[in-house]
Amino acid sequence: MNNSIKPFIVFIAMLALWHGLVAGFDMPSYILPGPWEVAKSMAENAGLLWEHSLVTLSEMLLGLLLGVLLGIALALMLVYFAVLRPWLLPPLLITQAIPVFALAPILMLWFGYGLTSKVVMTILVIFFPVATCCYDGLRHTHQGWLDMAQTMGGSRFAILRTIRWPAALPALASGLRVAVVVAPIGAVVGEWVGSSAGLGYLMLQANARLWVDQMFAALAVLAFCSVTLYYTTDKLLRRLIPWKPETSQE
Amino acid sequence: MFDVIVKNASLRFGDHLVFENLNLTMQGGKWTCLLGGSGVGKTSLLRLIAGLSGNDNSRADVSGEVICEDGFPVNHRIAWMSQEDLLLPWFTVLENITLGQRLRRTWGDRLKRRPLLSGETTDQAMSILEKVGLSDKADVLPQHLSGGQRQRAALARTLMENRPLVLMDEPFGALDAITRLNLQDLACELLANRTVLLITHDPLEALRLGHAVYHLRGHPARLTDAIVPSGTTPRSLDNHELMSLQGTLLDRLRHESFSEGDSV
Ligand SMILES: Nc1ncnc2c1ncn2[C@@H]1O[C@H](COP(=O)(O)OP(=O)(O)O)[C@@H](O)[C@H]1O
Ligand SMILES: [Mg+2]
Repeated sequence: MNNSIKPFIVFIAMLALWHGLVAGFDMPSYILPGPWEVAKSMAENAGLLWEHSLVTLSEMLLGLLLGVLLGIALALMLVYFAVLRPWLLPPLLITQAIPVFALAPILMLWFGYGLTSKVVMTILVIFFPVATCCYDGLRHTHQGWLDMAQTMGGSRFAILRTIRWPAALPALASGLRVAVVVAPIGAVVGEWVGSSAGLGYLMLQANARLWVDQMFAALAVLAFCSVTLYYTTDKLLRRLIPWKPETSQE
Repeated sequence: MFDVIVKNASLRFGDHLVFENLNLTMQGGKWTCLLGGSGVGKTSLLRLIAGLSGNDNSRADVSGEVICEDGFPVNHRIAWMSQEDLLLPWFTVLENITLGQRLRRTWGDRLKRRPLLSGETTDQAMSILEKVGLSDKADVLPQHLSGGQRQRAALARTLMENRPLVLMDEPFGALDAITRLNLQDLACELLANRTVLLITHDPLEALRLGHAVYHLRGHPARLTDAIVPSGTTPRSLDNHELMSLQGTLLDRLRHESFSEGDSV
């Protein structure tokens, strides 16, 4: 079976299950609206949903871009300035040990209720997986390649560019896949804590007014964005890194 | 062609002494073969000559000198070929064999937008690929090559480096018997007149290709006197001298691993 069809089959199956739950247990629509009601709400609120998705998407994408760059920069620093490692690691770990929920109000205070604070939140949740994966990849370059490059007389930079960096790409790709999945957490948590736009904001508003179908509609759009982002990234990475992720032939 | 002399080479990992005060002369323009069981220190010696000891974060104590008879330093005169082909999976065969050119590209070259490979270099690369029988694989990724083809590509990369001293660490060890014989002949032809140090655990390979064959044995490892088989290389397999020498060497190697097995 074609692999690109499978996610759609899973999607249909989940819709069916959802419908089955609602119909089978006779769920009232203020607890769990059926797929049909949610679809209706999506159609009625299309403009609204579109507007707010754009906000959340731009927060996510901007956060992803900056977070990935920051993660890569950190990984390169950890590899090439070994002296910095013991100084950098504790603060990095602290940023990860504190739940973003706890940090969110502080970030609102510092960066305001607009885009910036959400982008910073997203950066916070994604730079770490990217940095650790990239660092791991850069560290475990096959020794034979490095030996050969040295006998060829390559500079440190040339070896980084030609061998270590491409060799680290498959590892970096795993980091990116994780980053894409967790990016919405940063953005939406930021919107919950304080915002005037975005899917998270929309969900909070709908929740307060008990518009459960609209809440689910926003949730569905968010899920759709996340899943699309993941598959697009995955496809792109496969195309950009077509070789088998081997570090040695043994 | 100048001789290359290894003087008083010693290597120790912690309290494990691999070899001490080892001396070896590689005759210029000739093939020196170094035979030995696994774990005796062949690769370590080769890394020492190439100046790679201590590269791999191991705590190695290294000493010794590598001298070229003509007085110039040995760095940048070495081409390195190992048992693994070390082809980079993201580069095509052509890009792989011109890796040296890529690595040695300077900022000046880049700023002046000089092409990575001059027309002349490309021609040279293509003619080498032709010699190793891979001219139709220039633009193919290594993952589409067979084991023998990959090792041919590695040989082409070694030739492309065009260095006077070639260090080879069991380069044909992972190949089947027939492919190995073919590659031995090819390497012998293409690396004629270069100073080659070939490491192997296969006595037949050493005897076919070596102008001088040494045996590295014992703990700490020592070199035996050189065996100098007669005739031109690659020696043919129906040579009686070669076959009887192979028998002797195989016996020695077997005895060696047997007594080692006893002592463990
Ligand atoms: N990085 C290292 N750290 C510690 N011991 C090592 C290291 N590399 C090699 N050795 C030891 O040195 C000895 C020689 O190894 P090696 O030169 O690879 O042998 P050979 O190539 O002859 O099979 C072995 O006993 C091995 O265990
Ligand atoms: Mg070895």
